[in-house]
Amino acid sequence: MCRLALKTADTPFSPYEVLTAMEAMQEGYDGSGLGLLLRGVSFEDFKYQKDIHVILSGICHTEDALERLHTIMEKRGFKERYDHAFNVSPDLVEADDRFQYVVRVYRKPAGLTEAELEDKLMKTRLFLRRDGEEHGGDLTVFSFWSDVVMIKEVGWPLDVGDALGLNDDRIKARVVMAQGRQNTNYGINLYACHPFFIQGISTMTNGENTAFVPIKEWLIGKNIPGYTGYQSDSEVFTHILHYVTKKLGLPLETYKHIITPLKTEELNKHPQGDFLKGLRTACRRLIIDGPNAVIATLPDESCMLVMDQKKLRPATVGGRPGAWAIASEMCGVEALIPDRDPSLDFQPMREHTVIIPPERKELLIWSQFDPFTLSQAA
Amino acid sequence: MVSVRSVYTQPSSLTYSDLPWIIQHREDRCTLCGQCTAVCPKQAIYLTYRRQRMPKLDILRKKRGNEYRHFVGIRQHTSIDKMCIGCGMCSSVCPNEAIGPVPNPNEHRSQFHMNQKGEAWKRGGRRNAPGRTILDRISFGRISMLTDPALDAGRHEFSTNTILGRILPPEEYLRRRAAGEWIPPTREIFPFVIGSMSFGALSPNMWLGLLQGVAYCNEVLGIPVVMATGEGGCPPWVLKSPFLKYIILQIASGYFGWDEIIRAIPEMQCDPAAIEIKYGQGAKPGDGGLLMWFKVSKLIARLRGVPEGVDLPSPPVHQTLYSIEESVMKMIQTMSMAFGFRVPVYPKISGSTSAKSVLNNLVRNPYAGGMLIDGIDGGTGAAYNVSLDATGHPIASNLRECYLELVAQGRQNEIPLFAAGGVGKNGNVTQNGMALIMLGASGVHIGKYIMQSSAGCLGNEMGRCNVCNVGICPKGITSQNEKLFRRLDPDDVAQRVADTFMSIRTEMKKIMAPLGRSQSLPIGMSDALGIDDADAAERLKIKYTC
Repeated sequence: MCRLALKTADTPFSPYEVLTAMEAMQEGYDGSGLGLLLRGVSFEDFKYQKDIHVILSGICHTEDALERLHTIMEKRGFKERYDHAFNVSPDLVEADDRFQYVVRVYRKPAGLTEAELEDKLMKTRLFLRRDGEEHGGDLTVFSFWSDVVMIKEVGWPLDVGDALGLNDDRIKARVVMAQGRQNTNYGINLYACHPFFIQGISTMTNGENTAFVPIKEWLIGKNIPGYTGYQSDSEVFTHILHYVTKKLGLPLETYKHIITPLKTEELNKHPQGDFLKGLRTACRRLIIDGPNAVIATLPDESCMLVMDQKKLRPATVGGRPGAWAIASEMCGVEALIPDRDPSLDFQPMREHTVIIPPERKELLIWSQFDPFTLSQAA
Repeated sequence: MVSVRSVYTQPSSLTYSDLPWIIQHREDRCTLCGQCTAVCPKQAIYLTYRRQRMPKLDILRKKRGNEYRHFVGIRQHTSIDKMCIGCGMCSSVCPNEAIGPVPNPNEHRSQFHMNQKGEAWKRGGRRNAPGRTILDRISFGRISMLTDPALDAGRHEFSTNTILGRILPPEEYLRRRAAGEWIPPTREIFPFVIGSMSFGALSPNMWLGLLQGVAYCNEVLGIPVVMATGEGGCPPWVLKSPFLKYIILQIASGYFGWDEIIRAIPEMQCDPAAIEIKYGQGAKPGDGGLLMWFKVSKLIARLRGVPEGVDLPSPPVHQTLYSIEESVMKMIQTMSMAFGFRVPVYPKISGSTSAKSVLNNLVRNPYAGGMLIDGIDGGTGAAYNVSLDATGHPIASNLRECYLELVAQGRQNEIPLFAAGGVGKNGNVTQNGMALIMLGASGVHIGKYIMQSSAGCLGNEMGRCNVCNVGICPKGITSQNEKLFRRLDPDDVAQRVADTFMSIRTEMKKIMAPLGRSQSLPIGMSDALGIDDADAAERLKIKYTC
């Protein structure tokens, strides 16, 4: 079983805070991986601007890889503006092939539409990833997007934080997702660490996805660029969210209806039952099975939490206007936002989708039994 | 040595040890009640007077002699037309356990003489290939142990249903929905379907029992079981009843029964579950349906619109059509239109190395609602022995090939594949069915299993019985002879149908729970499968386990 923690706040904070919450939940993972996603990023020594800058995150395992990265980015027209250097303590890093952790800010190339840029960013990321794989895995790339930094490493969360000097406040963010991994089905691999990322959408999951193979086969069959990888069974959750919101253009609420649809008897009474039954059938291959809590963040900094159909995984959300936390355990929420009213903490049940909108004023708790706005079906 | 002519023998003269089944009769237990001879469907046994020599030695008179004892005994005929079929009805009616057939382990000389008068051997039943099948050997090995609290088959809720009918890709579904266009009809059904057995092949009591059982499963137990009619139509009272929604109507190359169906359309209270167009059958690929004259009773003749007592062979192909492509185009569209595009229409083909081509054709037809592949182990009411034994393709690899073809095209959710042919032939119906589902089937059709479990069909893979074709079914399942089918009480059949599906549902949960699956049927979950045969594993693209 893994442990998840997310904090979202109006004021940027250090990712180290979230690692301390992970420490509070340390019985739940085995140190086989830590993944961090930072959104709404600010650097101490660089003025980051979301509308003109994009950030590449990854690891160069050799000097050669770093040079190749440099050349590739130049060739593709990305001008480097800032290279964030972590205060690395190499003796605290478990692995011995980390030549350089990469968090580089580039200027967005001019003259591209939003869709073209999104496409270019993803294709560049996939190209770099493939390039690394072709060179014996000497280059690992996690994300290439505006306003997103990702760090993945093998080891205990706090150790990784110390190794990278994340407590030096040189990098802060308004949203931080962290996952401490317990190696389950698949090998120890940096790409298998959550959160997973595609075109601004990111999810992390607790639990095993038993319907992984049929879902993966279906997603691969769609031939959508970026639907690759699958070193972890949880990666499909990210791609499903991407598919639902970006490819199908459906509202966020339908994600829950697609991954854990209601029963026929329940849909018969649902105000949008007819549409939803058809949607369930059309998206039948995307029904997840396995016990899971899925935590997601979107480019507009909204955060989401949904549970599996039987609510077999724990997750709690709590906070106050301006700062909210989602964690696998209540102690995680407590560690992240101690100055909240714990009696208002909420543990979603099987029908719930919890959304923390970008304004962070309040939680939205949406039940699957309630209707939602859907222009197409109206 | 006696002269040749004094011993009566012909080329086809057989003795009881040449027959596949030998009647063992224990004279010391027999009361000569005659029930066995009365019940024997083949009249294979008869009461006869016999004489036995009793040697007699009179010691005082120093004289040797004989006495003869006369007795009434039961013997078996050795002619081909009356040879014992091993059904065992004699032993089931014997009050004293004095009689019964035993399989003859000797090779059967009778095999060489089944073609009397130049007629190739025709029979009903099954392929008669005993032993574990590939499906029996598949195990479910991906047990969800590492991270999860296991699901509880008894306590948790499971969704075990499947979808029959054409499914649109999500983008297209949303587009048509927004534009108010036609969305192909789908049905949510139980993945174990009662396979096509015609009204004609089955006795009225069997058919009624099945329908009653199916209705009970749907309306009381909440298991949405559907049954397919086979060629030969459907009784008019059923067509006009609310039970029609549980029935898949089959149209085959003889179009038998379709006059009645078309005439009943305006009076139908509901739509049928689906329309199945039969292009082929696993038990006898390349042959059309065959209802032999023995079974064409007055009722059957009326339903099919033919004279009584004539053989009803359907042509091997649909005569009005030139090719499968044309069939797919014309028939699927015509049938869809006949039912107002509200009923899924799908073809049934026999397992074949060319199944993939048919599938690819269907994928391009927006009206095709699925594909049913029937493998070589399928049963039939009547076929040539050689077809049953030797023609066809096993279902497992055929289904897998077709599914992987859909996966390669990313269309595995669009055309549901159904598999049939030998599912549960050794009794492991749920295991076989779930193995096929995880290999990629959306559901399976079961025929022989249902006959055995719900009506006590006596057939087995050792050549037992196999006389469905000639209307002498000793249990009254496949006979149109009132004296025989009155042996079968429809209520009892219905009860057994309900028993069968309740237990299949429980067993499905017992398979799904350890795999951590409960929300949807694990279609194509091939990572769960293992088999103890490396070659089969490679062919099916599943794990080899030992």
